[in-house]
Amino acid sequence: MSAHFTQLASRIEAELAGRVQRRPSLPCDLSYDVAAADLVAVATVLRDHADLRFELLIDVAGVDYMDYGRSEWRTQSATSSGFGRGVNRGGSGGAHDGPRFAGLYQLLSVTHNERLSLRAFCTDNQDPVLDTLTGVWASANWFEREAFDLFGIVFNGHPDLRRILTDYGFIGHPFRKDFPLVGNVEVKYDAEKQRVVYVPVEITERTLVPRVIRDDVRYAPELKGRS
Amino acid sequence: MAEIRNFTLNFGPQHPAAHGVLRLVLEMDGETIMKADPHVGLLHRGTEKLAEHKPFNQSIGYMDRLDYVSMMCNEHAYVMAMEKLLGVQVPLRAQYIRVMYDEITRILNHLLWLGAHGLDIGAMSVFLFCFREREDLMDCYEAVSGTRMHATYYRPGGVYRDLPETMPRYQASRWRSQKDVDRLNESRSGSLLDFIEDFTARFPGCVDEYETLLTDNRIWKQRTVNIGVVTPERAMQLGFTGPMIRGSGIAWDLRKKQPYEVYADMDFDIPVGVNGDCYDRYLVRVEEMRQSNRIVRQCVDWLRKNPGPVMADDRKIRQPRREEMKGDMESLIHHFKYFTEGFSVPEGETYAAVEAPKGEFGVLLVSDGANKPYRLHCRAPGFAHLSALPEMVEGHMLADVVAVIGTQDIVFGEVDR
Repeated sequence: MSAHFTQLASRIEAELAGRVQRRPSLPCDLSYDVAAADLVAVATVLRDHADLRFELLIDVAGVDYMDYGRSEWRTQSATSSGFGRGVNRGGSGGAHDGPRFAGLYQLLSVTHNERLSLRAFCTDNQDPVLDTLTGVWASANWFEREAFDLFGIVFNGHPDLRRILTDYGFIGHPFRKDFPLVGNVEVKYDAEKQRVVYVPVEITERTLVPRVIRDDVRYAPELKGRS
Repeated sequence: MAEIRNFTLNFGPQHPAAHGVLRLVLEMDGETIMKADPHVGLLHRGTEKLAEHKPFNQSIGYMDRLDYVSMMCNEHAYVMAMEKLLGVQVPLRAQYIRVMYDEITRILNHLLWLGAHGLDIGAMSVFLFCFREREDLMDCYEAVSGTRMHATYYRPGGVYRDLPETMPRYQASRWRSQKDVDRLNESRSGSLLDFIEDFTARFPGCVDEYETLLTDNRIWKQRTVNIGVVTPERAMQLGFTGPMIRGSGIAWDLRKKQPYEVYADMDFDIPVGVNGDCYDRYLVRVEEMRQSNRIVRQCVDWLRKNPGPVMADDRKIRQPRREEMKGDMESLIHHFKYFTEGFSVPEGETYAAVEAPKGEFGVLLVSDGANKPYRLHCRAPGFAHLSALPEMVEGHMLADVVAVIGTQDIVFGEVDR
């Protein structure tokens, strides 16, 4: 597998030199970073080049890197100082320094039986924009609508960019990290008005289990294969 | 001259043939569909967001509830993604159990699909036949996990427990005579493997029964042949996987092409369609049931001969044994930490996919080294298939919409997530 694998990597790097950047990944995966401006051009080459032939766009997923690498409650020094309280959200300065939103694309080549993952960061954190891939793969249509709905990533040139999973008239983008898990509004039946109404949500959000980031030496790459 | 406009018809969300909560806005010219616009999301529960707020091992149960007719296959993709990041090796016996249950799940799913699809386009009796066999397979689920549907049986590092030596049995009651109970319990008197073996022996005959009802049935063919035709090129463009792409004539099956677990050692064939219409996809799925039956049989034979552990011996990802916990303080602490904080998964990003009954079910997992996933995304086959619905029904009659929804095998648990 590995010889075959390095061959694919070298083919991609030869064909798209300077436009894609290999990112660290598991040994069994192949993934690249693409600049948002190059996305459509790179995708077209990946689909059409005879040695690559990624005919299927399997998946598009938005990611919000706002809280990446941050614990909710600090526990590392808890024995001496006690647990930190709650989540400190909203400010920048997380462990991830870079653009906040990204699109993750999973490609599949039926001809060559290969998989590939692409990541494109949106340059603007306020108005995240990516170019649409609907012209390259028709399956991008709904996947991009989903990323728009849940993360607010706008896909330039998309033929039909509407919300898809959330309610009609929904406000906000629920999968962003600063959107509360319980949401902002809830619906109930109003007996006086004799219809369903939206009211501010009443339950308070609570986290039962803190997000803890631990360095587990047993999974360190240099120790793999020992023990 | 009077102005002639197309008629807009609202199909669903509460329509029995919509297979759940699909709302279709159809623009019709007489009885011909000019445009279709599926509205989904009525069953959106935010599974992926919920999973980001829970330790890794507490989200396995959510996976069952995505595609709620092929439960264990969803768990499988999620557990595989975790194992890839953790770098855990699953014991061989657990791999065989997983393959066996994946195939049982495939039969379970295809039986529901066949029954419901038949019902949609006018073949009532198939439904009853299919549910007869589903009952037995649900019993297999129950024997191994205690629940008939939402099993939470696969765990990172293996499966929850080994196959039981006894099967649950029926008891006589006011509604069930002793004679009936004896007949039902006859195959349930041995171990689970005996029961499954007995099932695999009689199941091909059952498939013959369904085929007698449908395959050469004139009405069935009138409703399915040349309906919803998709060319192979178009199928790839639209992101089809599973029986949908195979129905269009592309021999793509992850179990053969990118084998996971022990599929590489299994002897089975992939059925492929020719015309890419609803009838071909029906034939593909029926043949898949027969092939799954073969795989289950091979697994049963192997599992009988080879006892062994069913869970990787990695204390980080498996809970301590009950008897250890009773006498050992450290194990008790371990148990507490395991079920409260969970375990941390090393930083990384991966995509793991399985050949679920409906197509490729994949899980994209981004971890930043915490005890909860940073981002979880489920790639549902039904989502890609449903997005092609407008294209597939355009120019067909209203009644054919039902046939196309049926042939796509849509389940809204996974489409809306």
